[in-house]
Amino acid sequence: MGWLFALSLGLQQKSGRAIWVSLVPISAGHATSIALVAVLVAGIGSMISLQSLRLLTAVTLLGFGVYKLITYYRHPKWVGMRVKLHDLFLWSFLMAFAHGAGLMIAPILVGLLDGSHSGTHHVSASSGMLLMLAIVVHTLAMLVVMGFIAWIVYTRLGLMFLRRSWVNFDLIWAGALLVVGALALWGAVAGGGMH
Amino acid sequence: MPLLRPDPTFYPSPRKAMEAPPEKLAYVATLNYGNGRPDALAVVDVGPDSAKYSQIISTLEMPHVGDELHHYGWNSCSSALCPYAPHPHLERRYLIVPGLRSSRIYVIDTKPDPAHPHITKVIEPEEIKRHSGYSRPHTIHCGPEAIYVSALGSGETGEGPGGIFTLDHFNFNVQGAWEKDRGAQKLAYDFWWHIAYDVMITSEWGRPSQFENGLILEDLLGSRYGHNLHFWDLRRRKNIQTVDLGKEYQLVFELRPAHEPDKQYGFAGVVLCLKDLSSSIWVWHQENDRWAVKRVIDIPAEPADPKDLPPPLKDFKAVPPLVTDIDLSLDDRYLYVLCWGTGELRQYDVSDPFHPKLTGSVQLGGIVRRQSHPKSGPLLGAPQMVEISRDGKRVYFTNSLYGVVDDQFYPDKLSGWMVKVDVKPEGGIELDRDFFIDFGETRAHQVRLQGGDASTDTFCFPS
Repeated sequence: MGWLFALSLGLQQKSGRAIWVSLVPISAGHATSIALVAVLVAGIGSMISLQSLRLLTAVTLLGFGVYKLITYYRHPKWVGMRVKLHDLFLWSFLMAFAHGAGLMIAPILVGLLDGSHSGTHHVSASSGMLLMLAIVVHTLAMLVVMGFIAWIVYTRLGLMFLRRSWVNFDLIWAGALLVVGALALWGAVAGGGMH
Repeated sequence: MPLLRPDPTFYPSPRKAMEAPPEKLAYVATLNYGNGRPDALAVVDVGPDSAKYSQIISTLEMPHVGDELHHYGWNSCSSALCPYAPHPHLERRYLIVPGLRSSRIYVIDTKPDPAHPHITKVIEPEEIKRHSGYSRPHTIHCGPEAIYVSALGSGETGEGPGGIFTLDHFNFNVQGAWEKDRGAQKLAYDFWWHIAYDVMITSEWGRPSQFENGLILEDLLGSRYGHNLHFWDLRRRKNIQTVDLGKEYQLVFELRPAHEPDKQYGFAGVVLCLKDLSSSIWVWHQENDRWAVKRVIDIPAEPADPKDLPPPLKDFKAVPPLVTDIDLSLDDRYLYVLCWGTGELRQYDVSDPFHPKLTGSVQLGGIVRRQSHPKSGPLLGAPQMVEISRDGKRVYFTNSLYGVVDDQFYPDKLSGWMVKVDVKPEGGIELDRDFFIDFGETRAHQVRLQGGDASTDTFCFPS
């Protein structure tokens, strides 16, 4: 939803620049939320076996997917329209956290851990770097996509886009969590058999 | 069923909402005062091509007697598109209908058949009191993250300060009192907001004991009813400024902020000026980062023969206009002002809010004039509650204020009626001679239009 917030700020301030300025703290908040999950994954990964980590990730995703499917309409409570940059950062952090954005890429993080260390399940410096790189790439990609959508709506499509094309991402997101969770579970079980 | 696309009645901006299709149904709160029957929600056919045009097509009676249905609203509206708490896949589906006297709230479902709504939940007064401390629920507004309800009373006696509480969007549970710091505010009545600026505005009627047995003349003459406007930080739930209109301006009622979210002004209607019995309209606006008010419309009382006047007015030898409801079209161009005493609906062009121009007038009912409609005899009551269609072309209104107060000013016991005027494209209004609904001894109050109207929607995006 970051693009929408950025768009509305752009409209309110009647400035395309406001869109990009607000997207920076929104992306930073999102990245921080994901980094927190990455640190958790790496931390837990250094304590338990990779196989257990995969199972844990899959089960958490599935559980959270079911939870979101039931409460897909709930959002973290936020407080207003007049926002400063730190508000946007906090808002984005909370939204990403509540929607399980970090959780969603946990299987990829686990995969990166898997690929980067050979034999030992301890997190190496290089895998840590790889995780951070993944987060940076993910965040930049998100920034570009959000900026692009907000910009296109702002300059070309107009506000009626919101009425016609705002599909229920919350519902789709819950489904996506379940799909990724199922894939991760399948990977964990199949991968476990191979070792 | 969850929606995959936004509710089609949600619009990002007021200008876009004006392109909405015309309403086919109107919901009308009707009340039975003192005849032992329950209040009801009537559904009126307003489709001009319908065979039942201007007829009541169904009536939903409440399960209790004596609720005094007053103002009510939708569970959700265009504010669901607001970016800080978007819920675009909520439905504008439930009418949240409070009983001002019983403190009970009915949740009425307009699906699957909008012409035959049904009650889906009843929030009992005890629940409201337990979770919020409040009683006498009044105005409903659909906020982005909750349903907001104003309440005129609180505490064991009900005489505590009135204020605001919220209902959960999804299950209608009472969440609690809204205010964190009410400052000087004690009395409550209407409220609305400048949502894009995180500002709420509230107005003042009086304590429940000052109206539940009728208006008290001594309190009125002693300036003991409300005469303040309060401005709040919507985000921090804090009273940031109280503006006193002056003690002689009694009963600050309806609040109509500009719909356009980047504007910061609005209109407040004041029922009575003690000096000359006039009614007035005030504009609030920003001045050096503070809120200021300016009186922009005065509607004078009309001289009258005491024998034509009800007891409270006999000594004054005049009939006051008693402006008790106002409404602003979605393009912020026309303000409709209802004179419940003299019996007149006025249209003002408020394109320049500080210099309103009177552009239209329709006389109907009135304490002295009792002006009839082409389809009626002499009418008791007068234009009291108004609602404007989203496209701004049709204006509906009813004639009852509040059971016991009706009887003070219209002691011959008014009966309920509903009327419509058409708005001319270049300004001006004209009575629809075919539209007249007689509710009999049942009284008619708030009107809500299917899909939304000019006093139930909040928009976050500028046009």
